Amino acid sequence: MRKIKEERILSFLFIAPSIVLISVFVYGFIIWTGWISLTNWRDVFPDFSFVGLRNYIDLFQNLRFQIDFKNIMVFTVLFLLSSIFIGLLLAILLDRKIRYENIFRSIYLFPMAISFIVTGVVWRWLLNPGTEASGSLGINMLLEQIGLGFLKSKWYTDPSIGIKAVVIAAVWQMSGYVMAMYLAGIRSIPGELSEAAQVDGASIWQIYRYIILPLLRPVTLGAVIILTHISLKIFDLVVAMTGAGIGFSCDVPALFMYDTTFRGNFFAQGAAIATILLISIAIIIVPYLRYSLKSGG
Amino acid sequence: MRLSKFFLYLVLIVFAIFYLLPIYVILTTSLKSFSEVSLRSMWKLPKSISLDSFIIAWKGNPSKGLKGLSQNFMNSIYLVIPATIISSFLGSMNGYVFAKWKFRYSDTLFSIIIFGMFIPYQSVLIPMVQVLQKLRLYGSIPGLVFVHCVYGIPIATLIFRNYYASIPTEILEAARIDGAGFLSIYNRMILPVSMPGFAVVMIWQFTSIWNDFLFGLIVAQKPSIQPITVALNNLAGSYFVEWNIQMAGALLTAIPPLIIYIFLGRYFMRGLLAGSLAGT
Repeated sequence: MRKIKEERILSFLFIAPSIVLISVFVYGFIIWTGWISLTNWRDVFPDFSFVGLRNYIDLFQNLRFQIDFKNIMVFTVLFLLSSIFIGLLLAILLDRKIRYENIFRSIYLFPMAISFIVTGVVWRWLLNPGTEASGSLGINMLLEQIGLGFLKSKWYTDPSIGIKAVVIAAVWQMSGYVMAMYLAGIRSIPGELSEAAQVDGASIWQIYRYIILPLLRPVTLGAVIILTHISLKIFDLVVAMTGAGIGFSCDVPALFMYDTTFRGNFFAQGAAIATILLISIAIIIVPYLRYSLKSGG
Repeated sequence: MRLSKFFLYLVLIVFAIFYLLPIYVILTTSLKSFSEVSLRSMWKLPKSISLDSFIIAWKGNPSKGLKGLSQNFMNSIYLVIPATIISSFLGSMNGYVFAKWKFRYSDTLFSIIIFGMFIPYQSVLIPMVQVLQKLRLYGSIPGLVFVHCVYGIPIATLIFRNYYASIPTEILEAARIDGAGFLSIYNRMILPVSMPGFAVVMIWQFTSIWNDFLFGLIVAQKPSIQPITVALNNLAGSYFVEWNIQMAGALLTAIPPLIIYIFLGRYFMRGLLAGSLAGT
């Protein structure tokens, strides 16, 4: 009996450092940030006088935040739809007994390995529309050369496009991830299922429509949740590629948070943006965590 | 049938070109000599190969007041190695307990830890700066190592718990009957078979710490201690830096994780899937 007790204590000691660090640096800090968002701290020097929800009310009346809110919605929807469509398409095609599958898969997935900053720096040049004097540059020049000149665009320099141009770079970076998730999902479906359907005379289209796709629903759910949480907190890519853009056309909440907190010293307002981000992410992640940890065990 | 196969490959190849376009531009541009570089010839192959852009991106150009990325590259190396090792070991210890020494509410505690990998770090930045200043770690590489260790714990714990869960508990129980305790089971039975787990976690941690921008931006204000991602962003943001130097800088920043991806891609993929919770 003594040994069991001793082992219990040892096992607690093993996880104690992490528990303490996570308690303080994740949960303690979140609470602290939440508290700051209710104060009047809008200067280099802290001011902890309580102002209630005033920072939040101000924020929702703030023009920049309203634009950011719209931008992040547009960004998330386009980013999700494109990444999931491309990821699923590539996974299904790669599963059709392709020669050099490894090479294709590695090419599709490699952007995941590099930094959003690298992606941003490169895509800023690729989507640089050029000026009257310079003529078309980057992708525009390429489109002209291959006879698709009508697809030319001013990309992120056009305020009516703005954040949608950033979607292209984000999809370039993340769609391979979705492909990998779907491919793992397809490969875990027992082959007998589609073979049996084939024997019964089902077409390839029917097999995908009625067998494979329904079985991939959990993967789609996972992809939607993971991409949404990445999308809501997108920061690095926007900083490196466009910055806030003309009339905040490329701006996102995380960038506003950085500017107002660390450049403007409006700590309370920054904390309020951070808290809104956290709550919106928690709303989608917490149920998903419960679902996937329970179903896995 | 053959026609459909043709279209299948066509689609795959078109997408491959889309993914490779930026790499093509980075590679060809950074290998062009200064006389050959112009935005108008962006898509042309270099006539001769020149490493001038790399040399300037690496060493800088003192006459123009341009700082190279060499120091920042080394900063990233100095911070990524200890942070990767420490967070992996913490993850292994946690994973061992959460997989094999469950106690009341241990699953709840586990999900409380895992939630930490999904939070937007914006919601911890302000207190983080205050605490690091108190600890005299603010603006230093050890400070960056510290935050990367802390925020690496959730994913490292998740991957190791799933990995250890696949080790049959009966083997451990047999060892306990033979008198092995908590620590000796960990040292003699768990750690020796942990190499694949460490490979996945360390590759994941190396890649995400190397690629991190936000913590580097907030914690490392001084250029001399900035990691390479922050320095690259500054380099690319200044108007007087020629774009072939920017591309060479981007390549320098991308090379370490790309090398890992090319040689150890299998483990990288497993880390990715674990991060999506698909493997749980």
